[in-house]
Amino acid sequence: MSANIDQLYNFALLDEDAKRAIRRSLLKAVALPGHLVPFASRDLPIARGWGTGGLQITLALVTPDDTLKVIDQGDDESVNAVNLRRLITRTTGITTTVDTAAATVIQTRHRIPEEPLRDDQILVLQVPMADPLRWVEPHLERATVMHGEADYGKMWVYLYESVVRAGDLRIASQYPVIVNRRYLMDTTPIPRWDVPKLHMAETLYLFGAGREKRIYAVPPYTAVEPLQFEDYPFRTEYRPGQRCARCGAENAFLTTHFVADARGGRWEATCSDANYCAKRRAQAEATA
Amino acid sequence: MGYVAVRGGAEAVARAEELVECLRLMGGSTPLHLPQIRDQLRHAVSRAMHEGALYAPLLAALAVKQAEGDSIEAAFLLRAYRTTLPRVMASLPVSGREMMCLRRISASFKDIPGGQMLGPATDYLIRLLQPALANEDMSVVVRAAERYEALVAIGGQRPGEVGRFPKVADYMRQERIIVDVPPDLAREAPFDITREPLTFPCPRSARLQAMAQADTGSLMSLAYSSVRGYGDAHPTLVELRYGYLPIQVAHPLTGEPITIGEIEATEAEVASKAHSVVNSAEPPRFNVGYGFAFGQSELKVMSMAILDSVLTQARIGSLSGESGPAADEEFVLLHSDGIEASGFVAHFKLPHYVTFEADLRVLDRARDHHAERASRLGQLVDQALEEQR
Ligand SMILES: [Zn+2]
Repeated sequence: MSANIDQLYNFALLDEDAKRAIRRSLLKAVALPGHLVPFASRDLPIARGWGTGGLQITLALVTPDDTLKVIDQGDDESVNAVNLRRLITRTTGITTTVDTAAATVIQTRHRIPEEPLRDDQILVLQVPMADPLRWVEPHLERATVMHGEADYGKMWVYLYESVVRAGDLRIASQYPVIVNRRYLMDTTPIPRWDVPKLHMAETLYLFGAGREKRIYAVPPYTAVEPLQFEDYPFRTEYRPGQRCARCGAENAFLTTHFVADARGGRWEATCSDANYCAKRRAQAEATA
Repeated sequence: MGYVAVRGGAEAVARAEELVECLRLMGGSTPLHLPQIRDQLRHAVSRAMHEGALYAPLLAALAVKQAEGDSIEAAFLLRAYRTTLPRVMASLPVSGREMMCLRRISASFKDIPGGQMLGPATDYLIRLLQPALANEDMSVVVRAAERYEALVAIGGQRPGEVGRFPKVADYMRQERIIVDVPPDLAREAPFDITREPLTFPCPRSARLQAMAQADTGSLMSLAYSSVRGYGDAHPTLVELRYGYLPIQVAHPLTGEPITIGEIEATEAEVASKAHSVVNSAEPPRFNVGYGFAFGQSELKVMSMAILDSVLTQARIGSLSGESGPAADEEFVLLHSDGIEASGFVAHFKLPHYVTFEADLRVLDRARDHHAERASRLGQLVDQALEEQR
């Protein structure tokens, strides 16, 4: 551990009782894949809605030997990722990395890394809404009963109507999935591109919603199926011919940026996963 | 430097922090001292304490200073500090009967046992700006002390008399005018929403705790909606009291109660004209709601008491007429916490370019679909949808 950590606070900020309570909820969540487990959700020095659920999971999990990666929009340098990493390192002194492959714990907002994750890694996702039924049933008491009875009819009707009216399953990111053929689960606002990465993965995925006070999980090798119709299958954002303007990747989630140049500027699509893009460019340079 | 994909985020965050610090002091005026804030910005300190859910006047003054007077930010700072403190032990339950009152009023009866005591109230002040306050020096402090002494002399307190008063609610209970909320049978210890997840339906102790640390403005707005027409509140103020409450804990070895200090607090009971029937054998009585907050926080405790009364009635099914959003416990408790609400509203400042990109793709498809619907088949679908409406 580094010497400059704040001695006023416990290792990883939270007191040990809080960590234990969170780990207990995590165990329950792993035992019931996709099920929303309520937890007390402590106050943190970070604002609600800015990653407090993911942060509590990370703080409850990390040991001094962990190597942590924090990303927002796939980017380690995004200001919110920087800020969360700063809090975690200041209260733990643990090592951090931007290299996806080198991390043991990865906390993320809105993305799953492009590089396939391994069974010795944990991905912690920050969750804003938690309950996928919020689209059709905002009342928690009623939604809990619906989950209990696997009564997801309202959701199917919602999706059907969106196809009829808008030509697509209208939920863009945060796409609803059925986990382990039982629970309807919110995938957090990851793009649809990332949804298949949850299915039968090697990695443990943990989801934390701080403001909504819910924890849920997708354990390794769990079936995760997006809601879809036989004649209207789930489609990702992928467009044939898409290509990263920086590394040339054709199979990655791209976001569009404005790049200023001598002629006033242009729009460019590049990998949203910054480390993936950088690695590919380094590789290309090495082989060139 | 663009906001999108800010590179060198660490430096940007550090510079932003510095700028905030600079802006606070760049006006060149004398830095505020914490006792000044504690004594002269009493209500800002009270609000930081009850919304921050931590009784610590000097720390609250620090929070108000650091937050540059922003009430939600000050409460946020206190909560973020409170969460790191261990729970050593719970204090013993304290009743408002024990309060050393500086003020106690009732709107239900003209005369009440012990008498009405207006105390330090702003209710009847004429709201004119007082130019004299703009340029005060230490002489006003001396004069205030003298005037206070004179006021105490006029009040004519008899030796040995303490500021304790019987409660109006006790009298109303005795007269069977009001009925107490049925206790949560399943729970002996009060619920703690900072240690247990708040799920619904929730016990009343969870409701009261959530409201005690809720944003004053949010509670006021919801309570107002219920009394104005989107509800069935019809409140009457049974009693409002403000003063000092002794805090006791049980001695860890002997179990004897020991006073460890006192807190400044406000509490209110509100009776609702809507009749409450416990069981059909009992005659109807008024339902009662309770509000409590640190400091002199009258608007907060009245809003809280009104909502508590409405929510109890909604739970036991004795509301008549329009119930409105203030009668929905989930709606009230999940949308009135200032820290949670402000955090989430503000989080839309965070980059959303991944989700927005995904939204754009769906927009593309909706546009293609729209174009297709211009076809004959599309017109038929439109027609069918139109007829459905
Ligand atoms: Zn790339």
